[in-house]
Amino acid sequence: MVTDNRPLSPHLQVYRPQLTSTMSIAHRLTGVLISLGMVVIIAWVVALAAGPEAYATVTAWLGTPVGLIALFLWTAALLYHLLNGIRHLLWDAGWLLELKGAYASGWTVLVLTVVLTVIVWGGLL
Amino acid sequence: MAEFRLPKNSRISKGRHFPAPEGAKNVKTFRIYRWEPDSGENPRIDSFDIDLDDCGPMVLDAVIKIKNEVDPTLTFRRSCREGICGSCAFNIDGTNTLACTKGIDEISGDVRIYPLPHMPVVKDLVPDLTHFYAQYASIRPWLRTQSPAPPDKERLQSPEDRKHIDGLYECILCACCSTACPSYWWSGERYLGPAILLQAYRWLVDSRDEATGERLDDLEDPFRLYRCHTIMNCTKTCPKGLNPAKAIAEIKKMMLARRGL
Repeated sequence: MVTDNRPLSPHLQVYRPQLTSTMSIAHRLTGVLISLGMVVIIAWVVALAAGPEAYATVTAWLGTPVGLIALFLWTAALLYHLLNGIRHLLWDAGWLLELKGAYASGWTVLVLTVVLTVIVWGGLL
Repeated sequence: MAEFRLPKNSRISKGRHFPAPEGAKNVKTFRIYRWEPDSGENPRIDSFDIDLDDCGPMVLDAVIKIKNEVDPTLTFRRSCREGICGSCAFNIDGTNTLACTKGIDEISGDVRIYPLPHMPVVKDLVPDLTHFYAQYASIRPWLRTQSPAPPDKERLQSPEDRKHIDGLYECILCACCSTACPSYWWSGERYLGPAILLQAYRWLVDSRDEATGERLDDLEDPFRLYRCHTIMNCTKTCPKGLNPAKAIAEIKKMMLARRGL
Protein backbone atom coordinates (compact mmCIF):
# COMPACT_ATOMS: atom_id res chain seq x y z
CA MET A 1 0.00 0.00 0.00
CA VAL A 2 1.39 3.40 -1.00
CA THR A 3 1.10 5.76 1.94
CA ASP A 4 3.62 8.51 1.25
CA ASN A 5 1.28 10.54 -0.98
CA ARG A 6 -1.20 11.03 1.81
CA PRO A 7 -2.24 14.67 2.18
CA LEU A 8 -2.00 16.47 5.49
CA SER A 9 -5.44 17.44 6.78
CA PRO A 10 -5.98 21.21 7.11
CA HIS A 11 -5.26 22.69 10.54
CA LEU A 12 -4.75 26.46 10.99
CA GLN A 13 -6.72 26.91 7.77
CA VAL A 14 -9.92 25.46 9.22
CA TYR A 15 -9.66 25.53 13.02
CA ARG A 16 -11.86 28.28 14.43
CA PRO A 17 -9.75 30.70 16.51
CA GLN A 18 -10.40 30.14 20.21
CA LEU A 19 -9.89 32.64 23.02
CA THR A 20 -7.48 30.10 24.51
CA SER A 21 -5.29 29.68 21.43
CA THR A 22 -5.49 33.33 20.31
CA MET A 23 -4.29 34.59 23.69
CA SER A 24 -1.52 32.00 23.66
CA ILE A 25 -0.10 33.10 20.30
CA ALA A 26 -0.62 36.74 21.32
CA HIS A 27 1.58 36.08 24.35
CA ARG A 28 4.39 35.01 22.04
CA LEU A 29 3.88 37.86 19.59
CA THR A 30 3.85 40.49 22.34
CA GLY A 31 7.03 38.88 23.72
CA VAL A 32 8.74 39.46 20.37
CA LEU A 33 7.26 42.96 20.11
CA ILE A 34 8.47 44.13 23.52
CA SER A 35 11.94 42.70 22.82
CA LEU A 36 12.13 44.78 19.63
CA GLY A 37 10.72 47.80 21.46
CA MET A 38 13.37 47.35 24.12
CA VAL A 39 16.00 48.19 21.48
CA VAL A 40 14.29 51.54 20.95
CA ILE A 41 14.08 52.20 24.67
CA ILE A 42 17.78 51.37 25.04
CA ALA A 43 18.59 53.76 22.16
CA TRP A 44 16.73 56.43 24.10
CA VAL A 45 18.75 55.73 27.26
CA VAL A 46 22.03 55.63 25.29
CA ALA A 47 21.09 58.98 23.74
CA LEU A 48 20.51 60.34 27.23
CA ALA A 49 24.09 59.39 28.13
CA ALA A 50 25.46 60.73 24.84
CA GLY A 51 24.40 64.29 25.54
CA PRO A 52 21.55 66.77 25.09
CA GLU A 53 21.69 66.90 21.28
CA ALA A 54 21.45 63.14 20.76
CA TYR A 55 18.70 62.96 23.37
CA ALA A 56 16.76 65.74 21.66
CA THR A 57 17.04 63.94 18.30
CA VAL A 58 15.72 60.62 19.60
CA THR A 59 13.01 62.29 21.67
CA ALA A 60 11.88 64.28 18.61
CA TRP A 61 11.72 61.09 16.57
CA LEU A 62 9.69 59.33 19.29
CA GLY A 63 7.38 62.36 19.36
CA THR A 64 6.34 61.93 15.74
CA PRO A 65 3.00 60.20 15.09
CA VAL A 66 4.80 57.02 14.02
CA GLY A 67 6.97 57.10 17.15
CA LEU A 68 3.98 57.69 19.41
CA ILE A 69 2.01 54.87 17.84
CA ALA A 70 5.00 52.54 18.24
CA LEU A 71 5.37 53.51 21.89
CA PHE A 72 1.63 53.07 22.45
CA LEU A 73 1.69 49.57 20.97
CA TRP A 74 4.81 48.75 22.96
CA THR A 75 3.07 49.77 26.19
CA ALA A 76 -0.01 47.71 25.37
CA ALA A 77 2.16 44.70 24.43
CA LEU A 78 4.20 45.03 27.64
CA LEU A 79 1.08 45.18 29.82
CA TYR A 80 -0.56 42.26 28.03
CA HIS A 81 2.58 40.15 28.33
CA LEU A 82 2.95 41.05 32.00
CA LEU A 83 -0.67 40.28 32.90
CA ASN A 84 -0.88 37.11 30.81
CA GLY A 85 2.49 36.07 32.27
CA ILE A 86 0.93 36.23 35.73
CA ARG A 87 -1.93 34.11 34.39
CA HIS A 88 0.62 31.56 33.23
CA LEU A 89 2.29 31.54 36.66
CA LEU A 90 -1.10 30.86 38.29
CA TRP A 91 -1.64 27.99 35.85
CA ASP A 92 1.77 26.58 36.70
CA ALA A 93 0.74 26.64 40.35
CA GLY A 94 -2.31 24.58 39.39
CA TRP A 95 -4.95 27.30 39.56
CA LEU A 96 -7.59 28.49 37.02
CA LEU A 97 -7.21 25.32 34.96
CA GLU A 98 -10.92 24.67 34.65
CA LEU A 99 -12.41 26.08 31.45
CA LYS A 100 -14.34 28.64 33.48
CA GLY A 101 -11.20 29.93 35.19
CA ALA A 102 -9.26 30.01 31.95
CA TYR A 103 -11.94 32.10 30.27
CA ALA A 104 -12.58 34.43 33.21
CA SER A 105 -8.85 35.08 33.65
CA GLY A 106 -8.45 35.50 29.88
CA TRP A 107 -11.10 38.20 29.67
CA THR A 108 -9.70 39.82 32.83
CA VAL A 109 -6.27 40.06 31.21
CA LEU A 110 -7.73 41.60 28.04
CA VAL A 111 -9.83 44.18 29.91
CA LEU A 112 -7.00 45.09 32.30
CA THR A 113 -4.60 45.49 29.36
CA VAL A 114 -6.92 48.09 27.81
CA VAL A 115 -7.64 49.84 31.13
CA LEU A 116 -3.98 50.03 32.20
CA THR A 117 -2.82 51.15 28.76
CA VAL A 118 -5.38 53.95 28.84
CA ILE A 119 -4.32 54.90 32.37
CA VAL A 120 -0.63 54.99 31.40
CA TRP A 121 -1.27 57.13 28.32
CA GLY A 122 -3.87 59.26 30.05
CA GLY A 123 -1.19 60.11 32.59
CA LEU A 124 1.34 60.89 29.87
CA LEU A 125 -0.76 63.01 27.56
CA MET B 1 9.83 23.34 12.88
CA ALA B 2 6.33 24.64 12.44
CA GLU B 3 5.10 24.59 8.86
CA PHE B 4 2.01 26.77 8.69
CA ARG B 5 1.08 26.19 5.03
CA LEU B 6 -0.32 22.94 3.75
CA PRO B 7 2.05 20.90 1.55
CA LYS B 8 1.40 21.12 -2.21
CA ASN B 9 -0.42 17.77 -2.40
CA SER B 10 -2.73 18.80 0.47
CA ARG B 11 -4.14 22.07 -0.81
CA ILE B 12 -7.86 21.94 -1.29
CA SER B 13 -9.65 22.41 -4.60
CA LYS B 14 -13.32 22.94 -5.40
CA GLY B 15 -15.40 19.80 -5.55
CA ARG B 16 -18.78 18.66 -6.75
CA HIS B 17 -22.21 19.89 -5.71
CA PHE B 18 -25.16 17.62 -4.97
CA PRO B 19 -28.46 19.55 -4.88
CA ALA B 20 -31.33 18.65 -2.56
CA PRO B 21 -34.22 16.55 -3.90
CA GLU B 22 -37.15 18.40 -5.51
CA GLY B 23 -39.59 19.90 -3.05
CA ALA B 24 -37.19 19.97 -0.07
CA LYS B 25 -38.11 22.91 2.15
CA ASN B 26 -35.66 22.73 5.06
CA VAL B 27 -32.30 22.53 3.30
CA LYS B 28 -28.87 22.75 4.89
CA THR B 29 -25.58 22.48 3.02
CA PHE B 30 -22.88 20.10 4.23
CA ARG B 31 -19.42 20.91 2.91
CA ILE B 32 -17.27 17.84 3.32
CA TYR B 33 -13.55 17.21 2.75
CA ARG B 34 -12.89 14.50 0.20
CA TRP B 35 -9.71 12.77 -0.90
CA GLU B 36 -9.35 9.62 -2.93
CA PRO B 37 -5.97 7.90 -2.64
CA ASP B 38 -6.14 6.40 -6.13
CA SER B 39 -7.17 9.54 -8.01
CA GLY B 40 -3.80 11.30 -7.97
CA GLU B 41 -5.73 14.52 -7.37
CA ASN B 42 -5.62 16.98 -4.50
CA PRO B 43 -8.29 16.96 -1.78
CA ARG B 44 -11.53 18.78 -2.59
CA ILE B 45 -14.65 20.03 -0.81
CA ASP B 46 -17.92 18.48 -1.99
CA SER B 47 -21.15 20.18 -0.97
CA PHE B 48 -24.33 18.24 -0.29
CA ASP B 49 -27.71 19.96 0.13
CA ILE B 50 -29.67 17.90 2.65
CA ASP B 51 -33.35 18.06 3.48
CA LEU B 52 -33.35 18.29 7.28
CA ASP B 53 -37.05 17.32 7.43
CA ASP B 54 -35.92 13.91 6.21
CA CYS B 55 -32.81 13.50 8.37
CA GLY B 56 -31.89 12.66 11.96
CA PRO B 57 -30.85 15.43 14.35
CA MET B 58 -27.10 14.80 14.64
CA VAL B 59 -24.29 15.60 12.22
CA LEU B 60 -23.53 11.88 12.01
CA ASP B 61 -27.12 11.22 10.89
CA ALA B 62 -26.58 13.57 7.95
CA VAL B 63 -23.20 12.05 7.07
CA ILE B 64 -24.68 8.53 7.11
CA LYS B 65 -27.65 9.77 5.04
CA ILE B 66 -25.24 11.15 2.45
CA LYS B 67 -23.39 7.84 2.27
CA ASN B 68 -26.64 5.85 2.03
CA GLU B 69 -28.54 8.03 -0.39
CA VAL B 70 -26.24 10.43 -2.24
CA ASP B 71 -22.65 9.26 -2.53
CA PRO B 72 -21.75 5.78 -1.27
CA THR B 73 -18.03 6.48 -1.76
CA LEU B 74 -18.00 8.94 1.16
CA THR B 75 -15.66 7.33 3.70
CA PHE B 76 -15.62 7.85 7.46
CA ARG B 77 -15.37 5.93 10.73
CA ARG B 78 -18.40 5.48 12.96
CA SER B 79 -19.70 2.85 15.30
CA CYS B 80 -21.69 3.43 18.47
CA ARG B 81 -23.50 6.68 17.52
CA GLU B 82 -23.74 7.62 21.22
CA GLY B 83 -20.41 9.24 22.11
CA ILE B 84 -18.68 6.26 23.66
CA CYS B 85 -16.55 4.69 20.90
CA GLY B 86 -14.76 7.82 19.68
CA SER B 87 -14.78 6.78 16.03
CA CYS B 88 -16.65 9.66 14.39
CA ALA B 89 -14.33 12.44 15.59
CA PHE B 90 -14.10 15.12 12.89
CA ASN B 91 -13.39 18.81 12.68
CA ILE B 92 -16.97 20.12 12.53
CA ASP B 93 -17.76 23.83 12.19
CA GLY B 94 -14.18 24.73 13.10
CA THR B 95 -13.65 22.64 16.22
CA ASN B 96 -13.06 18.97 16.86
CA THR B 97 -15.92 16.91 18.20
CA LEU B 98 -17.90 13.70 17.75
CA ALA B 99 -20.37 13.84 14.86
CA CYS B 100 -22.77 11.62 16.79
CA THR B 101 -23.19 14.00 19.73
CA LYS B 102 -23.09 17.27 17.75
CA GLY B 103 -26.56 18.50 16.88
CA ILE B 104 -27.05 19.93 13.38
CA ASP B 105 -29.09 22.74 14.96
CA GLU B 106 -26.02 23.83 16.97
CA ILE B 107 -24.41 25.04 13.73
CA SER B 108 -25.41 28.23 11.97
CA GLY B 109 -24.84 28.37 8.21
CA ASP B 110 -23.21 25.59 6.23
CA VAL B 111 -21.86 22.58 8.10
CA ARG B 112 -18.15 22.23 7.32
CA ILE B 113 -16.64 18.84 8.03
CA TYR B 114 -12.93 18.04 7.80
CA PRO B 115 -10.83 15.16 9.08
CA LEU B 116 -9.09 15.71 12.44
CA PRO B 117 -6.53 18.49 11.81
CA HIS B 118 -2.87 18.07 10.89
CA MET B 119 -3.02 14.32 10.35
CA PRO B 120 -2.15 12.18 7.32
CA VAL B 121 -5.40 11.38 5.50
CA VAL B 122 -6.14 7.78 4.52
CA LYS B 123 -9.33 8.67 2.63
CA ASP B 124 -11.95 11.41 3.00
CA LEU B 125 -12.64 11.86 6.74
CA VAL B 126 -10.39 9.01 7.88
CA PRO B 127 -7.07 10.12 9.40
CA ASP B 128 -4.14 7.78 10.00
CA LEU B 129 -3.96 7.36 13.78
CA THR B 130 -1.03 4.91 13.79
CA HIS B 131 1.39 7.36 15.41
CA PHE B 132 -1.24 8.42 17.97
CA TYR B 133 -1.81 4.81 19.03
CA ALA B 134 1.95 4.13 19.10
CA GLN B 135 2.32 7.08 21.47
CA TYR B 136 -0.44 5.62 23.61
CA ALA B 137 1.38 2.27 23.73
CA SER B 138 4.60 4.08 24.67
CA ILE B 139 3.23 5.15 28.07
CA ARG B 140 2.44 1.49 28.84
CA PRO B 141 -1.21 2.11 29.74
CA TRP B 142 -1.78 -0.74 32.16
CA LEU B 143 -1.35 -1.45 35.86
CA ARG B 144 2.37 -1.94 36.54
CA THR B 145 3.27 -3.54 39.85
CA GLN B 146 6.22 -5.04 41.71
CA SER B 147 4.39 -6.50 44.68
CA PRO B 148 2.86 -9.94 44.21
CA ALA B 149 -0.87 -9.96 43.48
CA PRO B 150 -3.12 -10.98 46.37
CA PRO B 151 -3.81 -14.70 45.90
CA ASP B 152 -7.55 -14.60 46.62
CA LYS B 153 -8.78 -11.21 45.36
CA GLU B 154 -8.16 -8.27 43.06
CA ARG B 155 -5.90 -5.38 43.98
CA LEU B 156 -8.35 -3.26 45.93
CA GLN B 157 -8.71 0.48 46.10
CA SER B 158 -10.55 2.67 48.60
CA PRO B 159 -13.44 4.79 47.31
CA GLU B 160 -11.30 7.89 48.03
CA ASP B 161 -8.42 6.57 45.94
CA ARG B 162 -10.82 5.54 43.23
CA LYS B 163 -12.08 9.13 43.03
CA HIS B 164 -8.66 10.28 41.76
CA ILE B 165 -9.27 8.70 38.37
CA ASP B 166 -12.68 10.32 37.90
CA GLY B 167 -12.45 12.70 34.95
CA LEU B 168 -9.63 10.57 33.51
CA TYR B 169 -10.98 7.06 32.99
CA GLU B 170 -13.84 8.44 30.87
CA CYS B 171 -11.46 9.33 28.01
CA ILE B 172 -12.41 7.46 24.85
CA LEU B 173 -9.22 8.27 22.90
CA CYS B 174 -11.10 9.98 20.08
CA ALA B 175 -8.05 12.24 19.48
CA CYS B 176 -10.17 15.42 19.32
CA CYS B 177 -7.95 17.14 21.91
CA SER B 178 -4.56 16.13 20.52
CA THR B 179 -5.49 17.22 17.00
CA ALA B 180 -6.82 20.55 18.36
CA CYS B 181 -3.47 21.35 19.98
CA PRO B 182 -1.12 23.67 18.03
CA SER B 183 1.82 22.23 19.96
CA TYR B 184 0.83 18.76 18.77
CA TRP B 185 0.49 20.09 15.21
CA TRP B 186 4.04 21.46 15.20
CA SER B 187 5.77 18.87 17.42
CA GLY B 188 3.52 15.82 17.29
CA GLU B 189 6.43 13.60 16.25
CA ARG B 190 7.88 13.86 19.73
CA TYR B 191 5.29 15.63 21.91
CA LEU B 192 2.81 13.11 23.32
CA GLY B 193 -0.14 15.50 23.14
CA PRO B 194 -3.06 16.03 25.53
CA ALA B 195 -4.90 12.71 25.07
CA ILE B 196 -1.87 10.54 25.78
CA LEU B 197 -0.70 12.73 28.66
CA LEU B 198 -4.15 12.55 30.25
CA GLN B 199 -3.84 8.77 30.01
CA ALA B 200 -0.34 8.93 31.48
CA TYR B 201 -1.73 10.89 34.42
CA ARG B 202 -4.56 8.38 34.79
CA TRP B 203 -1.93 5.72 35.64
CA LEU B 204 0.24 8.10 37.67
CA VAL B 205 -2.61 8.80 40.13
CA ASP B 206 -3.91 5.23 40.32
CA SER B 207 -3.20 4.12 43.89
CA ARG B 208 -2.66 0.51 42.75
CA ASP B 209 0.08 1.37 40.25
CA GLU B 210 3.64 0.90 41.53
CA ALA B 211 5.63 2.39 38.64
CA THR B 212 5.03 6.09 39.38
CA GLY B 213 8.73 6.98 39.49
CA GLU B 214 9.49 5.12 36.29
CA ARG B 215 6.50 6.70 34.55
CA LEU B 216 7.67 10.18 35.55
CA ASP B 217 11.22 9.34 34.37
CA ASP B 218 9.79 8.46 30.96
CA LEU B 219 7.98 11.80 30.73
CA GLU B 220 10.92 13.94 31.94
CA ASP B 221 11.76 15.17 28.48
CA PRO B 222 11.66 18.59 26.79
CA PHE B 223 9.27 17.27 24.14
CA ARG B 224 7.16 14.41 25.48
CA LEU B 225 5.65 16.47 28.32
CA TYR B 226 6.96 20.01 28.24
CA ARG B 227 5.72 21.03 24.78
CA CYS B 228 2.44 21.77 26.56
CA HIS B 229 2.20 25.56 26.79
CA THR B 230 -1.24 25.64 28.44
CA ILE B 231 -2.95 26.72 25.23
CA MET B 232 -6.06 24.82 26.44
CA ASN B 233 -7.62 24.12 23.04
CA CYS B 234 -7.71 20.50 24.30
CA THR B 235 -10.00 21.19 27.24
CA LYS B 236 -12.14 23.55 25.17
CA THR B 237 -12.82 20.93 22.50
CA CYS B 238 -13.11 17.67 24.49
CA PRO B 239 -16.51 16.15 23.58
CA LYS B 240 -16.55 14.30 26.91
CA GLY B 241 -15.98 17.46 28.97
CA LEU B 242 -12.66 16.22 30.36
CA ASN B 243 -9.68 18.42 31.18
CA PRO B 244 -6.39 17.26 29.62
CA ALA B 245 -4.74 20.65 30.29
CA LYS B 246 -5.29 20.19 34.01
CA ALA B 247 -4.01 16.61 33.92
CA ILE B 248 -0.82 17.80 32.22
CA ALA B 249 -0.39 20.59 34.79
CA GLU B 250 -0.74 17.97 37.54
CA ILE B 251 2.03 15.88 35.94
CA LYS B 252 4.27 18.97 35.86
CA LYS B 253 3.50 19.51 39.55
CA MET B 254 4.39 15.88 40.31
CA MET B 255 7.73 16.44 38.56
CA LEU B 256 8.47 19.36 40.86
CA ALA B 257 7.15 17.62 43.96
CA ARG B 258 9.50 14.66 43.60
CA ARG B 259 12.43 17.06 43.41
CA GLY B 260 11.26 18.53 46.70
CA LEU B 261 10.29 21.85 45.10
